[in-house]
Amino acid sequence: MSEHKTSFLKKYVFATDHKIIALQYMFTSLFALLIGFFFVLIMRWELAFPMHPIPLLGRLLSAKLAPNGVMSPELYNMLGAMHGTAMIFLGIAPLGFAAFGNYVLPLQVGAPDMAFPKLNMLSYWSFVIGCLILTSSFFLPSGPLQSGWTAYPPLSEITRGTTIWILAMVFIINSSLLGAINFIVTGLNMRAPGLTLGRLPIFVWAQLVTSAIVLLAFPPVEAGAVLLLMDCVAHTSFYLPQGLVILGHASGAAGGGQPILWQHLFWFLGHPEVYVLLLPAIGIIAEIIANNSRKPLYGYKAMVGSLLTILILSFIVWAHHLYISGMSPFLSDFFAITTLAISVPSVILLTCLVFSLQGGSIRFTVPMLFALSFLPLFGIGGLTGIPLGVTVTDIYLHDTYYVIGHFHYVVVAGILMALFGGIYFWFPKWFGRKMDETLGKIHFWGTVIGINGTFFPMFILGLAGQSRRLWNPLAQAHNVPWQKWHVVSSVFAGILLLAQIPFIYNFFRSIFKGERVSDNPWEATTLDWACPSPPPHGNFVNPVSVYRGPYEYSQPNNREGWAAQNAAELV
Amino acid sequence: MNLLHLFGLPPAASSYAADIDFGLRLTFASIVFVFFSWSVYLAYLVFRYRKRPGVQAEYEKSEGISKAMFPGAVVLILEMILIIFWEIPVWGKIKEDMPMGPDVVEINVLAQQFAWNIQYPGLDGKFGKRKKGLVSFSNPIGLDYNDPAAKDDIVLANEIHLPLGKTALIHLMSMDVVHDFAVPEFRIKQDIVPGMDIPLWVKPTRLGTYDLACAQLCGFGHSLMVGHVIVQSPEDFAAWLKKNTPVSVAASSANNF
Repeated sequence: MSEHKTSFLKKYVFATDHKIIALQYMFTSLFALLIGFFFVLIMRWELAFPMHPIPLLGRLLSAKLAPNGVMSPELYNMLGAMHGTAMIFLGIAPLGFAAFGNYVLPLQVGAPDMAFPKLNMLSYWSFVIGCLILTSSFFLPSGPLQSGWTAYPPLSEITRGTTIWILAMVFIINSSLLGAINFIVTGLNMRAPGLTLGRLPIFVWAQLVTSAIVLLAFPPVEAGAVLLLMDCVAHTSFYLPQGLVILGHASGAAGGGQPILWQHLFWFLGHPEVYVLLLPAIGIIAEIIANNSRKPLYGYKAMVGSLLTILILSFIVWAHHLYISGMSPFLSDFFAITTLAISVPSVILLTCLVFSLQGGSIRFTVPMLFALSFLPLFGIGGLTGIPLGVTVTDIYLHDTYYVIGHFHYVVVAGILMALFGGIYFWFPKWFGRKMDETLGKIHFWGTVIGINGTFFPMFILGLAGQSRRLWNPLAQAHNVPWQKWHVVSSVFAGILLLAQIPFIYNFFRSIFKGERVSDNPWEATTLDWACPSPPPHGNFVNPVSVYRGPYEYSQPNNREGWAAQNAAELV
Repeated sequence: MNLLHLFGLPPAASSYAADIDFGLRLTFASIVFVFFSWSVYLAYLVFRYRKRPGVQAEYEKSEGISKAMFPGAVVLILEMILIIFWEIPVWGKIKEDMPMGPDVVEINVLAQQFAWNIQYPGLDGKFGKRKKGLVSFSNPIGLDYNDPAAKDDIVLANEIHLPLGKTALIHLMSMDVVHDFAVPEFRIKQDIVPGMDIPLWVKPTRLGTYDLACAQLCGFGHSLMVGHVIVQSPEDFAAWLKKNTPVSVAASSANNF
C-alpha cells in the first residue's frame, strides 16, 4: 500500500480511513460519557439534598429550570432522560461497538480498511448529526425529552421535547445500522488468507454477533419511533387510547391506540441493546485475558457457541421488562423461562474467561487489572438480575432503585471497566505510545471504589421500596429513613468523577508525550499487532497470511513463548 | 428473622407478601453464595497463577465444551426447578387468579396526574357510570350523578381504606398517562395503563397506614403523587363506610329495609 497525500480536512475530518473514523467515534463517545456523567452529578445533588440550591450551577440556570437555584422537577426529568440517552446511545454503544470495532476488527482480520469506507464515513457523520440535534434540544423552547430515556407514551406525547429526541434517534439508529452492515461484510469477506472462522479472535466474533443484533433489533424501534413521531406531529393515535383527560382537559385524540405497543417495540430493541453494549466488552476482556495470562483462551468453541446462542435468545426475552406493565400476565411465564435460559450462555462466557486464568502466568498490567475487575463486578451485575428476571420477585423490585443499581453494575462496573481496559490495551497501537502505568493504577483503584460506593447503596434503597425517577424522594414518608444512602451514593459519585481526572490527563498527555513502544509491546499474537503502530493507510506493510489460531501463547516447542497468527515458521 | 429487613425491606402487610419475601430470600442467598464462592476461587487463581520468574504458563488447549457447560447446566436445572415448582404457581396466584364473590371489597382506582382518585361502589355494590365530559375540579372522575348506581358512591382523593383480613379487588384505571400502583408493605406493584382496566387483589394482614406511591414516571409531579392505604379492623371499616356514605342515600336506603 502506498502512502498518498491527502488534505488535512480529508484525512482527519471527512475521513474514510477506518482508524481515523474509529478515533473520531472514540473522542465523541468519551465526550458524551463525560457530559452524561455531569448530567447525573447534578441529579445526584438533588437526590442527596432535595430542595437545596445546586452549588455554583444553580445561579447560572434560568428561573424556570431552577427557581432560586433549586432544581425544578422538569429539569430533573430532562437530565434523567438525557443521561440515559447520552450514556447508552452516544456513549457506551458507540465506544464499544463503533470505536473499538472500527479500529480493531479490520486489523484483526488482516484487512486494509473496512469493506465500505464511504459508508463508514456516512455512519460517523450521521451519528454526529444525531448528537448535535440532541444537544440542540437544550436550547430549543421545547427543551429536551422529559419522559425518561424509554419515552413511554402517552406521557412522551403530552410533554415537549419528544419530537426532537426522535429526530436525533433516527440519525443515531441509522448510523448504527450502517456500521453493522460494514462490520459484517468486513469481518466475513475481507479475512486474510488462512484466517478461517475457527481462527477468528473472540473480539471479532463478538463484534460480528453484535452487528447482527444491531441489524435486527434497531429497525423495529425505528419504525415504532416514526409512529410516535406521527402521534406527536400529525395527531395520529397509534399509542393513544380513547377518552384521555389530561390535567382536567379532555384530549382531542381520536384514540384506538395502545400505549403498551410502544413498550413492546422499545424493549424489542432495548434488551438486545444490552448485548450490543456487553458483547464488545466481552470481546475486549477475552483479548486482554488471553494476552496477559500468556496461555490459550479456555473453551474457544464454547465461547463462540455462547455468543451465537445469545444472538438468538436476546430476541425473545424483551418482555421481562413488561411483567407488570399491564401486558397479559399469562405471557410472563414464557419470558421468565427465556430470561433465565439466556443466563446460561452468559455463565459459560464468564466461566471460560475465569478458567483461562488457570495455569497461566498472569501479568498485572493496567489493562489486565481492568479485565480482572470486570469478572467479579460484572458478576454482581449479572447475579442481581436474577430477582428481576423471576416474575414473583420482580413484582416487588420492578421500577425501584434496585433496578438502577443492577443495570449500573452491568453497564458501568462491568462494561465501562472493560472499555477502559481496552483503551489502555490498544492505546499503543493507536498512537505508538503507552499510557502511564502509575496514573493508570490510580485511575483503576479510584474507579473501583467510586463505582461500588455509588451503586451499592442503590440496592438498599431499592429493597426499601424506593421508586426510581423521583425528583424529591423525601416527598414520600417511607423513603425518609433511607435518605442517608442517597448521600453516600452522591459522595462516591464525586469520588468517581475525581478518579477520572488522572485518566483524562494520562490519555491526552500520552498521545504526545507517552513512552514510545514497539509495534507489539504486549507480545500479542493476533493480526492487529502485526502492523506498525499507528498503522499506515492500508494498515499492513506486506500482505499477511494466517497459519494458526488466535491465542497460541506458551507453546512448548516455541522458544519465544508466543506464536503470532501470521508467523509462517516458529522460532 | 429475615436478614433483608436490615437492608431496607419493610415489614410485610399482605397475605402473599410471605411468598415474595421467600423468593427474595432465596434469590439473594443464592446470589451471595455464588458470588462469594466464585470470588474466592477467582482470587485463588489470580494469586496462584501470578507471574513468577522461571515459571511458564501451561499450554493447555481445552475446547472446554463439557467443563464450561457444567456450571451453566447446573444453573439451568436449578432455575427451571424454581420456575416450574415455585414461580409459575405463585405468579398465577398473585397476578392471574382474581378473587370473586360477595365478601370481596371492590374499589376503582382512577389515577391522574398527580393524584389517586378512589371510587367505592357504596351500599348497592355497583359503581356509578363515569363520563369524560363531566370531569371537573369538583368531580375529578366525571361521575354521572344521573345514574342511580352513582348516588351512593364514595369518591376519595389519595386515601384508600381497606378492612383487615378481607380480600380487596382493585380495578386500576388511568385518566391520562401510565402510572403505577405500588405499596411496598403489600409487596405489590402494577402499572396502570390508560384505556385499560387492570385488576389487582390484596388481602391486608396488618393494621396501619402505608404509602401508596406512583412507581412509573408520570410527569413533573411524579414524586409528589403519594396517597395512603389505611388498613382498619372490619368494624372500623364498616363504621367508616357508613359515615362517608352520602347522607340522603343512607336515609333512603334505611327506609327501604
